[in-house]
Amino acid sequence: MEMLESLALGFGVAASAQNLIYCFAGVALGTLIGVLPGIGPLTTIGLLFPLTFYLPPLPALIMLAGIYYGAQYGGAITSILVNLPGETASAVTCLEGYAMARGGRAGAALALAALASFLAGCLGTLLIALAGPPLGEWALAFGPADYFSLMLMGLVGSAVLTQGDAVKGLAMVALGLLIGLVGTDVNSGVPRYDFDIPELFDGIGFTVLAVGLFAVAEIVTNLERPQPHVGYTAALRRILPSAQELQLAFWPALRGTGVGAFFGLLPGTGPALSSFAAYILEKKLAREPQRFGQGAVEGLTAPEAANNAAAQTSFIPTLTLGIPGTAVMTLMLGAMVMQGITPGPQVMSEKPELFWGIVASMWIGNLMLLVLNLPLVGVWVRLLRVPYRWLFPSVVMFCCIGNYAVNNNPVDVYLCAGFGVLGYVLVKLECEPAPLLLGYVLGPLMEEYLRRAMLLSRGDPSVFFTRPISLAFMLVTVVVLVLVLKGFRART
Amino acid sequence: VPLHRDVIAGTLFVLIGAAALILGRRYPIGTAMHMGPGYFPAVLGTVLMLLGAWIGLRAFRRRDWTAVGWGWKPLAWIVASMLSFGFVMPRFGLIPALALMFPLAAAAGREFAFREVLLITVLMCVAAAGIFVYGLKLPYRLFAF
Repeated sequence: MEMLESLALGFGVAASAQNLIYCFAGVALGTLIGVLPGIGPLTTIGLLFPLTFYLPPLPALIMLAGIYYGAQYGGAITSILVNLPGETASAVTCLEGYAMARGGRAGAALALAALASFLAGCLGTLLIALAGPPLGEWALAFGPADYFSLMLMGLVGSAVLTQGDAVKGLAMVALGLLIGLVGTDVNSGVPRYDFDIPELFDGIGFTVLAVGLFAVAEIVTNLERPQPHVGYTAALRRILPSAQELQLAFWPALRGTGVGAFFGLLPGTGPALSSFAAYILEKKLAREPQRFGQGAVEGLTAPEAANNAAAQTSFIPTLTLGIPGTAVMTLMLGAMVMQGITPGPQVMSEKPELFWGIVASMWIGNLMLLVLNLPLVGVWVRLLRVPYRWLFPSVVMFCCIGNYAVNNNPVDVYLCAGFGVLGYVLVKLECEPAPLLLGYVLGPLMEEYLRRAMLLSRGDPSVFFTRPISLAFMLVTVVVLVLVLKGFRART
Repeated sequence: VPLHRDVIAGTLFVLIGAAALILGRRYPIGTAMHMGPGYFPAVLGTVLMLLGAWIGLRAFRRRDWTAVGWGWKPLAWIVASMLSFGFVMPRFGLIPALALMFPLAAAAGREFAFREVLLITVLMCVAAAGIFVYGLKLPYRLFAF
């Protein structure tokens, strides 16, 4: 039982006092920031990201994973109580969760969401432990052409499958790839798109782009909206769901886990799609579909489970292939690169304690969430009542200090403000910024693999269609593109 | 008639793509076998221009032409507050930087209550000094003049 040994190794590493403290800090901070209205998981991670710079790789990643789960759960609290989703994935949580809160079952809704997430988290961790090693071994057979095709598939997938316009998504990917090229070309030493600014020789920093595009742009869009109204907190005294509700919730949560695990594995799809799919599935399966929208327990637990399961399994392509499936995974990948780890199949064999430590800490993080959050719901709710005009200047402060701290250079803060303007303009034009971030992270890797593949094939581009692995990825890419663009044409 | 957001978006993408091609024209393209530093940027710039043109032209088949509601004022205040932080921080230290950043950022909000802003500024200056300078031991001086 190699898997059990590896898991034991992971738990041994993750359960050290130091790592437990970082895991706890991550979960608590993630929930704390994630619960604030108008701040989604992505912004939360972006803001807290600089806090992990000064840690060694494993604690840093453990803390980030904790922040991620915490932020997701915090977002669920805001969705259920305020009907204000921090990200698209929680938009589904609002549907039934807020309806339950209106019906006086806010406490039960929060508890059920947490329990469903925990169930999905446990199964997701198991799945990573099972599927990670064989996938990693398979990935060792990948050549440069295969990697290039896989990344192309991931980028096209993220562009066309996220909500919104597929063509705009593709343009955002291209823009992200271009932004990723800024800096000195590793092969020739030629500085590209540097505008003779010495700070740009090393490229545009990851936090600069992510914080600017997401956090800064989000503050401005939030300021345009009216202050959210916090209601339905009186029902929080009765936290425990009834036996009937638990019974009703169990199978949907399991089905949701399955749906989420599947979507999480595909690069580029991620939690948003999986929670929608899980919700629709439950509605189709329900004996009384008219209850949906009125606070149906199934419609709450299935998407919450799917959301968390997808979050877990999207670590699989990130950790084994080095290809992030979602914007959040892009942040995790960026963190790994900043810590000096080259993500890819070799991580598992060269740094098993890192890989298995993260896997184990995910489970521990999920457990902490459950233990920490159910009793503390009252505290988080009080945070919801803080008016936004007191909060956002502090968010700006985190953006400033966070970016300044990377290189102790004000240029990073200026650039971040610039990307904030770009992010705001793009959001206003209904261009989703997540594919851009994915393109930015994969850009340099993609160029490198393209060059290597073409060098090995002596300049023959057919290599992408003669290697079976690469051919498979290319076919999927083409099929997805054709289907989505044809469907798009039919709609307009 | 107000411009459709897709026309603006398409124009923006075409302009960025064109800029990428123009700025990148000095980078050697190389051959397909030995790609130079200019190869990938040239491909991307072209793709971005084509996609931008598609997005922009497509909008003319639509009927939902409404103006984009820009909120330039809050954006300008937030950007100004970040720029002021970057400018003041290395010259005068963390506390002066935050003392200027907070009121400028708060001006982006709909209501600006002087006492409230003052209170938040003081509180967050103390908190930032505690977290970043004394807690995380970042090498910043509180006052540097």
